[in-house]
Amino acid sequence: MGSYIPSTHDEQKQMLAALGLDDFRELYRDVPEQMLLDHPLDLPAGMSELEVSRTIRALAEKNRRFHTVLRGAGAYDHYIPSIVKYIPAKEEFLTAYTPYQAEISQGILQSIFEYQTMVCELSGMDAANASVYDGATAAAEAAAMCRDRKRRVTLVSAAANPDIINTVRTYCYGTGDEMRLIPEKDGKTDPEAMRALLDESVASVILQQPNFYGLFEHTEQLSALAHENGTMVILSCNPIALGIMKTPRDQGADVFVAEGQPLGMPVGFGGPYLGMMATTSAHMRRLPGRIVGQTVDDKGNRAFVLSLQAREQHIRREKASSNICSNEALCALTASVYLSVMGPQGLAEAAKQSMSKAHYFEQQLCRLPGVRLIHEGEFFDEFLTALPKREAVLSRLSESGILGGLPLKDGVLWCVTEKVTKQQLDEAVSIVKEVLAE
Amino acid sequence: MKLIFEKSVSGRGCSILPPCDVESASLPYGLERQNPPALPEMSETDVSRHYSELCRQVHGVNCGFYPLGSCTMKYNPRIDEELAALPGFTDVHPLTPAEDAAGCMEVLALAKRYLCEISGMADMTFQPAAGAHGEFTGVLLIKQYHDARGDKARTKIIVPDSAHGTNPATAAMCGYQVVNIPSAPDGCVDLDALQKVLGPDTAGLMLTNPNTVGLFDRNILEITRMVHEAGGLCYYDGANLNAVMGIVRPGDMGFDCIHMNLHKTFATPHGGGGPGAGAVGCKEFLRAYLPQSSLMQEPGHLQVRAFCGNFLVVVKALAYLMMLGAEGVPQAAENAVLNANYLMQRIKGTFRPAFDRICMHEFVLDLSEFKKQTGVSALDVAKSLIDYGMHPPTMYFPLIVHEALMLEPTETEGKQTLDDAAEVFRSLYALAHSDPERMHKAPHNTPIGRPDEVRAARNPIVRYVPA
Repeated sequence: MGSYIPSTHDEQKQMLAALGLDDFRELYRDVPEQMLLDHPLDLPAGMSELEVSRTIRALAEKNRRFHTVLRGAGAYDHYIPSIVKYIPAKEEFLTAYTPYQAEISQGILQSIFEYQTMVCELSGMDAANASVYDGATAAAEAAAMCRDRKRRVTLVSAAANPDIINTVRTYCYGTGDEMRLIPEKDGKTDPEAMRALLDESVASVILQQPNFYGLFEHTEQLSALAHENGTMVILSCNPIALGIMKTPRDQGADVFVAEGQPLGMPVGFGGPYLGMMATTSAHMRRLPGRIVGQTVDDKGNRAFVLSLQAREQHIRREKASSNICSNEALCALTASVYLSVMGPQGLAEAAKQSMSKAHYFEQQLCRLPGVRLIHEGEFFDEFLTALPKREAVLSRLSESGILGGLPLKDGVLWCVTEKVTKQQLDEAVSIVKEVLAE
Repeated sequence: MKLIFEKSVSGRGCSILPPCDVESASLPYGLERQNPPALPEMSETDVSRHYSELCRQVHGVNCGFYPLGSCTMKYNPRIDEELAALPGFTDVHPLTPAEDAAGCMEVLALAKRYLCEISGMADMTFQPAAGAHGEFTGVLLIKQYHDARGDKARTKIIVPDSAHGTNPATAAMCGYQVVNIPSAPDGCVDLDALQKVLGPDTAGLMLTNPNTVGLFDRNILEITRMVHEAGGLCYYDGANLNAVMGIVRPGDMGFDCIHMNLHKTFATPHGGGGPGAGAVGCKEFLRAYLPQSSLMQEPGHLQVRAFCGNFLVVVKALAYLMMLGAEGVPQAAENAVLNANYLMQRIKGTFRPAFDRICMHEFVLDLSEFKKQTGVSALDVAKSLIDYGMHPPTMYFPLIVHEALMLEPTETEGKQTLDDAAEVFRSLYALAHSDPERMHKAPHNTPIGRPDEVRAARNPIVRYVPA
């Protein structure tokens, strides 16, 4: 019943007649008869907009709503300023294709150029691409970009997010290259183990800062080790933390990657998210994906274009640096709007508050019997604790509208953002206390 | 127009966060940032106006006809946006226990049911975030299948020379040697050329059908049979599925796995380059190799990104599919094909179609003769169309047609739009003979004229640096 076809039945007839045809089926004369579907699709009949709206709203209502989210592990529930939702919803931004036709795409091209600049500002790098799919693919693409004929092996810290590790493993399986895991020690990348794994076949090492357990890594020390071996350093950072944390470049990274979701995108059951990538001038031409460059038009005015396309699949085909073409442009726009609204102070504030509240929560939780930090060391806005009666605690929190930390093999990984108030944290602590006292 | 950084005023800002209500924690010594990032400092009015100004310099599907071949620029329903923005979806953390995310799980299950039925596949993953990402996922299914059988000799993927550039790039990312085979003159697979390269080293074939010149390959059953006989598998690039959905199924053509571009065929918006969603379907025997998130699902599988993909894009596609339903899906395909044929018919007599026969959802014009006569290139015609409020067609693709313009009107354009577009083409044909100079300099009414791309590549400026 539902349809977005403007032509009326009569118009369709006229158009068929103009082609000398009577019936739609004659348009499919090249399709071998025996292959044509001889029955209607086994699907429900079409619906009106109102019916679809009802049906899908009912599905949304089947999901449980939590007023407090204390879970991160790769998806972060930060506050999204209202305007950040409205600007990318403008139809021109929303519906345009990739800006191949620069003359009628300056708005998108300039927004990407601005996004690239902001990514460089956050990371201390010289050049960023227009985005890749998410933080995990950004790491995998970065590993590919660091390989050359002699150096093929990628080291990945075992203290990185498991989805990042497994995505890198998958991309390595694709090209037939080796990925080696650097063991963790007390929740952090073990420098001795890393030193032992470094040899002249190692192209890059992937570290996460703060890491999967929320802990700050000794990135400068680890980067120095890698560089001594001629190995490039890929650093995956929480972009909110970069409001207050030393830039990836200053921490020794050659390539910066990030999951950009915390910059104004909802957790959205996993996507769409934003893969951020940036590097130094020396490696700019090895970046995968689209890059917008500044130039002039035929009158000498500033103009923006998709640039350095000689790296890309539509020109290089099997020799391209990656097969990526569609990226996450609208999410990059979202991040730009978020960063513009927050500004340097606002971003620093979001970072400080997330960190402060996580520390407050950790102190309160760890006063309870049997709850303690599993790892020593400084953390950002996530931390791993031992938690007695884990299932009971998480389920009681859930009944009270609180999504508790993520249960892992040896503990629970908690996350607190600036969105959560002290009162909400106190409520969560008192529920945990109650269950533990039972 | 000014960059956002050029509008920034030190000390300006928006009021977003309240003061912190707990004691302040600080970073470990030595890890503090030395200088704050030079992000824009703006009032909310500044931000709003800046992006409104940018927005006015973008041609969206909402602005006018957008016959960009191979990209299926159909109308993107607003209701789909509204539903995907429901807090009941946007606020669900991907690591929410399954029982608390029952609605999301049902969205994925329903979308899978619709798309498996349309594609003729047994199972599906929504993890891939775009078409090329879907190709990567699909070819990894093929690779895992051969590896699991211990069949290490299969090192080659066959790709026709008419294929999208992503196909060979994907095969290379999967460690395969790419064997390019020449197409027959009509862009279809040359069976002899295919037979010559098939053998015990064949891992598979990647194919788009209808192909990139907009023709349905009549020999498709023969092609997939030949590849299977050689022990290879067949991968369907779903970029052109809009022509045949609900009419003929890739599964019935003999394909083993497929990606579908939800952002083309199923009406989710392109967002200026993304996000898309590249759902990958497969036959039963490949099901075990589908990727899974090690955090969200089972560890021990491959995975191509975090979590389960661009979920909110899947919500939009599902809303669209529910609206169309069993009868609406083939109707959309039929009208996409009708519109393409009608527009080709109306343009014919001026610009020459590369293949003068019934096409599928898109067709290619060959301007090589026209260029010889007038000196006006496909690029000039494309740029001139902009002055008439149209987005240009895809240019210089597929590579097997010279001076190519590829037009895909889609089913969401009416007869009047097509008639008007045909008139524009006719006027430009005449203009090329009377005033070619004007076309060399087109477009004339845009915020910028033609940009100097060579300069951008030679002297890359890829970020703003304050003067």
